Amino acid sequence: MTDTLLKVDGIHTFIGQHHILQGVSFEAKTEGVTVLLGRNGAGKSTTLKTIMGLLPAKQGKIVYKGKPIQAKKPHQIARMGIGFVPENMGIFSELTVEENMQVAMLKDDIAAQKRLEDVLQMFTTLKDFWGAKAGILSGGQKQMLAIARAIVNETSLLLIDEPTKGLAPIIIDALIEAINQIKQHSVVLLVEQNFYMASQVGDDFYILDDGMVVHNGRMQDLVEDDELQSRYLGITK
Amino acid sequence: MSESIIKNHSRELTIAAAIALYLLPLLGMDMTTYLTLTIAGVAMGMMIFLVASGMSLIFGLMDVINFAHGVCFAWGAYVAFSVFNYFDKLVAADSLLANFMVFLIAVAAAVIVVGIVGIIMERVLIRKVYGSHLFQILITFGGMVVLRELIRIIWGPNDEVMPIPLKFQGNWNIFDIIILKYPIYAILLGLMVFIIIQMVLKRTKLGKIVRAGVENPDMVQAMGHNIFLMFTGVFAVGTALAAIGGLAMAIFSVQVYPDMGDAYLIFAFIVVIIGGLGSITGSLVGALIVGLSYNYVAYLLPPLAVGVNILIMVIILLIKPTGLFAAGK
Ligand SMILES: Nc1ncnc2c1ncn2[C@@H]1O[C@H](COP(=O)(O)OP(=O)(O)O)[C@@H](O)[C@H]1O
Ligand SMILES: [Mg+2]
Repeated sequence: MTDTLLKVDGIHTFIGQHHILQGVSFEAKTEGVTVLLGRNGAGKSTTLKTIMGLLPAKQGKIVYKGKPIQAKKPHQIARMGIGFVPENMGIFSELTVEENMQVAMLKDDIAAQKRLEDVLQMFTTLKDFWGAKAGILSGGQKQMLAIARAIVNETSLLLIDEPTKGLAPIIIDALIEAINQIKQHSVVLLVEQNFYMASQVGDDFYILDDGMVVHNGRMQDLVEDDELQSRYLGITK
Repeated sequence: MSESIIKNHSRELTIAAAIALYLLPLLGMDMTTYLTLTIAGVAMGMMIFLVASGMSLIFGLMDVINFAHGVCFAWGAYVAFSVFNYFDKLVAADSLLANFMVFLIAVAAAVIVVGIVGIIMERVLIRKVYGSHLFQILITFGGMVVLRELIRIIWGPNDEVMPIPLKFQGNWNIFDIIILKYPIYAILLGLMVFIIIQMVLKRTKLGKIVRAGVENPDMVQAMGHNIFLMFTGVFAVGTALAAIGGLAMAIFSVQVYPDMGDAYLIFAFIVVIIGGLGSITGSLVGALIVGLSYNYVAYLLPPLAVGVNILIMVIILLIKPTGLFAAGK
């Protein structure tokens, strides 16, 4: 299967005693944006954390670039080229914007410096706050910093958890543009509740409910299917 | 309005109030006594800083409560005790160079021995109990008992007199004010360690990663950094800092005994809570507050010497529940 970058196969994840993921399976192709949809508490964030190795999968397989990664440690998974933007963004607020980027950069060679330049080209406001503590950034700027950190390394797969949460529409439009740029170089697995954002950037979608995938298909088809939207996503027109 | 002034400047106000408070003992004593006590207080503060900064790093980064931290302090003192006895000629030599050399050997030995003890402790005990404070308290308490018994087996159960390098003894007489030499050296040592830790944390990439880890260890892992390796390293550094504190204290108090770390464990807890978890500057400020208060009160009202520090801790917690300084500073 050469057209699959990531294959998640029947994973079960527990948080404490709670059986949160109950056999989640899906794939991300070697290009494009795959969107995970589903109501609050469906298990989307848990899925991303399990892929990242931050939560252990009790059962099931996660295959990335043809290799099983479900038993690997988070830092090993990250070094295989997976970038992670968590739900709360994970900004180091006591560190400066520059230091946040330095901690993220795994290499410091010419290619890495070039990538840093490109990233700052994409999110120019970060340059204005370069020496400032990341804690003072606005929500949108923090989100940009979080994404910048995740793509400054050689990334083949980017996991982003609800980047639009709490952001103003104008900033959401900027994020849409950013993701459409990022998808030129990297596969994106996006968790998103904002259907406008999801429909603007997504190629494929999976809907999670109660720790299982209940539906999937092409984003285009979901956009045209009002009944499906209202059934799973509570969207009524 | 005044409410918000207090909120926004609580740290500055606290420091101003503290300075005023620390001039207060002058009413009950003459200037010479005050200066002597102040220098002794700052010196003691520096030794407490050494213990507390290690504990604060460990607590801040790894969220581990280490009850064995105090016994690492004692181990540092005993290793230095052995080094001083072994190199007794250097200790007795009437040469500042020889004295400093044996002191540096003692520091190196204490750092290496206790650092290794720390690595073993983290690998064998602590690694099993990340995330559970209850188990950490139980298991590190067990570690403390074992390490203390080892001291009794290796060095014996009794108090011993700590040999003091010749040039560390005595005093300077400056305008009729007697200033003990060793407390000044201890203060310089503490300042040097403070500056080195700050440089490493602020200037090096590893230091930045550690500070990031204090804020969000999961994110640091998800960025490709092996946090468990970092945990082992920070734990070793933290216990080694306690060891330096212990050897500095042994010279200061001219003795070593198996339980000598107990009081400093409590001081370190107080300092870490006052200064803010994971903050090195906070540890320094907190340690100076504790060291000075202890010395003034021990002179004026001896029975209250430890109690006053607990009182200060409670007051600071009421004003600023997260401690005076933010993590990673
Ligand atoms: N730390 C936790 N302890 C217990 N339950 C949790 C914890 N984190 C998440 N959950 C539960 O797991 C389920 C899935 O959560 P999550 O993956 O965050 O959902 P989503 O991202 O889809 O909103 C929810 O029911 C949530 O209550
Ligand atoms: Mg979520």
